[in-house]
Amino acid sequence: MQAQLTATNLACRRGDRVLFQKLSFALSEGQALHITGANGIGKTTLMRALAGLSTPFVGEVQREGELGLLDERPALDLEQPLGKALGFWNRVDNCENPSEAQMRLGLDRLLEVPVRYLSTGQRKRAGLAALLSRKVPIWLLDEPLSGLDVAAIETVTRLIEKHVKSGGLALIASHQRIEIEGLQSLELGDFVPSYAEWEEEE
Amino acid sequence: MIGSLLKRDLAKFFPFAGGGASLPVMFFVAVAMLYPFAVGPDVNILSRTGGGVVWIAALLAAILPLEKLVANDIELGFFDQLRLRGLTEEVMMAVRLIAHWLSFGPPLILATFPAAALLAIDGPTLHLLLLGLLAGTPGLAAIGLMIAALTASLRAGAALSGLLLIPLALPILIFGTGALARQDAVSLGFVAAISLGLVAMAPFAAGAAIRAAREV
Repeated sequence: MQAQLTATNLACRRGDRVLFQKLSFALSEGQALHITGANGIGKTTLMRALAGLSTPFVGEVQREGELGLLDERPALDLEQPLGKALGFWNRVDNCENPSEAQMRLGLDRLLEVPVRYLSTGQRKRAGLAALLSRKVPIWLLDEPLSGLDVAAIETVTRLIEKHVKSGGLALIASHQRIEIEGLQSLELGDFVPSYAEWEEEE
Repeated sequence: MIGSLLKRDLAKFFPFAGGGASLPVMFFVAVAMLYPFAVGPDVNILSRTGGGVVWIAALLAAILPLEKLVANDIELGFFDQLRLRGLTEEVMMAVRLIAHWLSFGPPLILATFPAAALLAIDGPTLHLLLLGLLAGTPGLAAIGLMIAALTASLRAGAALSGLLLIPLALPILIFGTGALARQDAVSLGFVAAISLGLVAMAPFAAGAAIRAAREV
């Protein structure tokens, strides 16, 4: 798997406020980076900029290899049963064996349930199943552990670890602790510009 | 990918397919049913004004599906995930336009038959009416899509989209009903031309609107 993700001198803003600046890192296959930081510091904004969904204020993002993003919106039709909603993405992605990922995340018994009745954790697992069956090298995971129970946290952590070990690349934005071997970490708070008025607000 | 997307969009918007999007057609027939009650059963008045009423009902029915046309899928992160898979917003919106028209144009044209019976519309007028709606509904769908995409990120988007559609749809209404008044299909050519222009423009305008909605 060829994978590379490089951010150079990145700065993003929300409205008029610069959230973080001078952020640079380079990741290649087999590496994982944990981005930490308080709520509202700009983790999601960073993920969207890295995914190419928004243009960074300053700096640039370069990547090699296909990319998948898991955020708090798994893009599953609320009215449809989970099996059908996931089936749409599996058809779009030409997945060979989507039921394997669904089994591994314990979704096989939920396939008949409409998505609107699923809990936050169940939806998160469904989003991860869609990402897993895509078999893309770069994973951007925005709060992948939020809403998950203890057993699911363990399963998801092992899945990320396995992805990285088999030559994938993972970027995890989370305020929770994640135990993965060789996980690098980056505190987004270190890149917040120290404006006087910004400190006053705090 | 585009085939699956069209299938999914149609399943979501087609009337009676489970999506519950049959409301515009019901509304359309309801207007045609109420009108004779309001103006009385005089066949002359009904058949003279009925064509115009059908056009107005079609225009207002086009407003109803706008609320859910784009905003829901932005909220679900649906367009984001398609973008990550390399699909451009223009293609997504072109597919959405086809699905939107199919789920409201042809059903409305079919519903014109019972409406014409209720309004005592005669054969030649019905003929012009059907041709006019066939030419005009793609334009209405295109205006609707652009407005839905532009107002998707606004708080009062749904109420605003109705107000925005009416002035933009005026040319279609004027030429469409003009054909009925003169009993002559020539002005329907204008309707078709306006529709064609709008349909060609809509995917680009709506696609740009979705991209802009992301950069907040």
